[in-house]
Amino acid sequence: MSTPPRAIDLGMMACHVCRQVTAYTEDRHAHCPRCGNTLHARKHASVSRAWALLVAAAIFYIPANVFPIMRTQSISSKDDNTILSGILELWRAGSPGLAVIVFTASIIVPVLKFLIMGFLLVTVQRSSGMVARQRARLYRFVELVGYWSMLDVFVVAILSALVHFKILSRVEPLPGVVYFGIVVVLTMLSAMSFDPRLIWDNRKSQ
Amino acid sequence: MSDTNTGSTPPDDDLPQPVVRKSKLGFSLIWLVPIVAALVGISLLVNHVMSAGPQIKVSFLTAEGIEAGKTQVKYKNVVIGKVTTMRLSKDRTHITVMIDLDKEARAFATKGTRYWVVRPRIGASGVSGIDTLLSGAFIGADAGNSDEEQSDFTGLETPPAVTHGAPGRRFVLHAGDLGSLDIGSPVYYRRIQVGRIVSYELDKDGKGVSLQLFIDGPNDRFVSKDSRFWNASGVDVSLGADGLKMNTQSLATVIAGGVAFQDPPGPHEAVPAPEMAEFTLFNDQTTALAPPDGKPRYIRMRFEHSLRGLATDAPVEFLGVKVGRVVSVNLDYDPSTQSFPVVVGALVYPQRLGQAHEKLAKAVGGDDDTLFPRIMSGLVARGLRAQARTGNLLTGQLYIALDFDPKAKKVSFDAQAKPVEIPTTPGDFDHLQEQISSIVDKVEKIPFDSIGRNLDGSLKELHGTLKQVNGDLLPEAKKTLQGVNQTVGTANDALSENSPLQQNIANTLEELQRTVRSVRAFTDYLGRHPEALLRGRGADAPPKIATPSTKQGKEEQP
Repeated sequence: MSTPPRAIDLGMMACHVCRQVTAYTEDRHAHCPRCGNTLHARKHASVSRAWALLVAAAIFYIPANVFPIMRTQSISSKDDNTILSGILELWRAGSPGLAVIVFTASIIVPVLKFLIMGFLLVTVQRSSGMVARQRARLYRFVELVGYWSMLDVFVVAILSALVHFKILSRVEPLPGVVYFGIVVVLTMLSAMSFDPRLIWDNRKSQ
Repeated sequence: MSDTNTGSTPPDDDLPQPVVRKSKLGFSLIWLVPIVAALVGISLLVNHVMSAGPQIKVSFLTAEGIEAGKTQVKYKNVVIGKVTTMRLSKDRTHITVMIDLDKEARAFATKGTRYWVVRPRIGASGVSGIDTLLSGAFIGADAGNSDEEQSDFTGLETPPAVTHGAPGRRFVLHAGDLGSLDIGSPVYYRRIQVGRIVSYELDKDGKGVSLQLFIDGPNDRFVSKDSRFWNASGVDVSLGADGLKMNTQSLATVIAGGVAFQDPPGPHEAVPAPEMAEFTLFNDQTTALAPPDGKPRYIRMRFEHSLRGLATDAPVEFLGVKVGRVVSVNLDYDPSTQSFPVVVGALVYPQRLGQAHEKLAKAVGGDDDTLFPRIMSGLVARGLRAQARTGNLLTGQLYIALDFDPKAKKVSFDAQAKPVEIPTTPGDFDHLQEQISSIVDKVEKIPFDSIGRNLDGSLKELHGTLKQVNGDLLPEAKKTLQGVNQTVGTANDALSENSPLQQNIANTLEELQRTVRSVRAFTDYLGRHPEALLRGRGADAPPKIATPSTKQGKEEQP
């Protein structure tokens, strides 16, 4: 099955901002003649950037899970909850639906992102040509679902802003949530810095 | 501009050439992100490892209120650790709690540290740990002095009354029994609570109780070497000359008991007592503040009669001063007389006699050990006797009185004997009984029967005599009386106012009066002129006076 030619093959490339098509150049310092934006046929150092951010996110994922993210304080008790213990608490407290949502947003999605990004990067680096379309779909999924992981952070932020009844009950954010936020941001950045066009590039160069 | 121009005017079929501009950044910094992340991660890890304190094991009897992962360990209400896990011991008698202490709390993993569970406690002496009702129990800690590390602890079941390093001092009290005191019972000084009872235990020989109490600083300086402690529990009601008095330290002591202390009145050693100084716990304030009794002496008394009503603790009084108490009343058997004497043992405190004792001691001299028997031998020689007296006629309670009996028979007194035996005399009541019985004996000896018989005969004789009197004597008497009556009538006549006898008598008396008057004149003259007796009436009689002639005449008359 013949594939349509790439812009590089035709000696062209486009500006990412104003879509001005220019002649292809390898020079990394090329700029768009119309809007002045940097020009590149592919995102610069896409793979290494994605890797770096992904690794950093993975590192931060550990403290994000180990440290408690939220402290719920009421007259009778004071609870420090990590993400997992919070989910268990929700489940035990009789709201399994909420537990599932939080579990999906806080555990499944980040882990999926790590796996998918890792998979995409590895396949790109290995110049694997298999299931290019599916991989593109996966990439879109990662980009789409990325910001939903912030759910946890928002929950903590909203709760600690709303629940503030002095002695009666209080919710305080704990350092864990910061790490979790960093994880989410880093995975999003990682996904952004990944250039999906690479999926097809390598196959061609093979 | 020229760049854009060239870009905007592309040659035919030729795409515009991109502008080449040098980037300011020479290399990609993106790898700094994971490096920073790694550094943060490592620093967190290092921080965690560094801040991890020692892990200790504490065993408790019950896990009531303790929750793994939640229960905190607090010292002075500062969190120093957290319970991580909890498990039952193999023999199921207690539970073991694993505690992760903070790094700063390393000092709490040392020997001497005490752990206890703070739960709400409501006792007679107050309510504690009320805040834990809402927040849940926590484990209290109190660091010890030692630097020696230890990781296995046995938790206290009750909070310690005194935390380590609290200013103040501990003292030991010896008491006969615990009474209503308990751990935490207050200690009062002038009705201000200054401390509390920390612990108590039975003496090793089981003959008493040792209480440990803690007086908070700076009031611990009021405990001097001479301080007296007494049990301030309950209400002290006394009926005195000034009415009914009710005395109590505070309402709390009525319910929960307490101890009070004070220095005795009068001169005493006001040096603050050292830590763990030992004191005696008296039963009440009066006995506590009484002058010291000194060493008690055991005396024995042998009574030959029943001592019903003499109980142990009955007072022993010497001339009305309470000097001791009865400690034993036992029956003895004397085979020689086949009698059952009662042997009474008593403790006397010679020092209660105060000055008297001092002076006696000075007079007798010698060493302390044999002083008492020697004093007693002197007193016994002077007639000191023990006597069981009735203290209360209603209840028949007896007490032992040591009094001097001048009429007492001499007895031999063995000063060497141990214990000292005091000779006795029968009690006053017994004395009375004896006298009455002797009177009754004597009365019994009177031969009432023969007296009666004799009296009967005499009365019969009297009866006969009276009959005779009635028959013979009375008529005669009647006649005599009639005669007498007549005589009296005659006498009456003779003595009546107009009788001649009466007139004669009046005349005679008048005559006699005159005679007496002249005799007086004569004696007067003789008094003035005694020579007249010899010489006769002087011629040189004063001629001037004419009137005296009558006098002289009268003088002549007799």
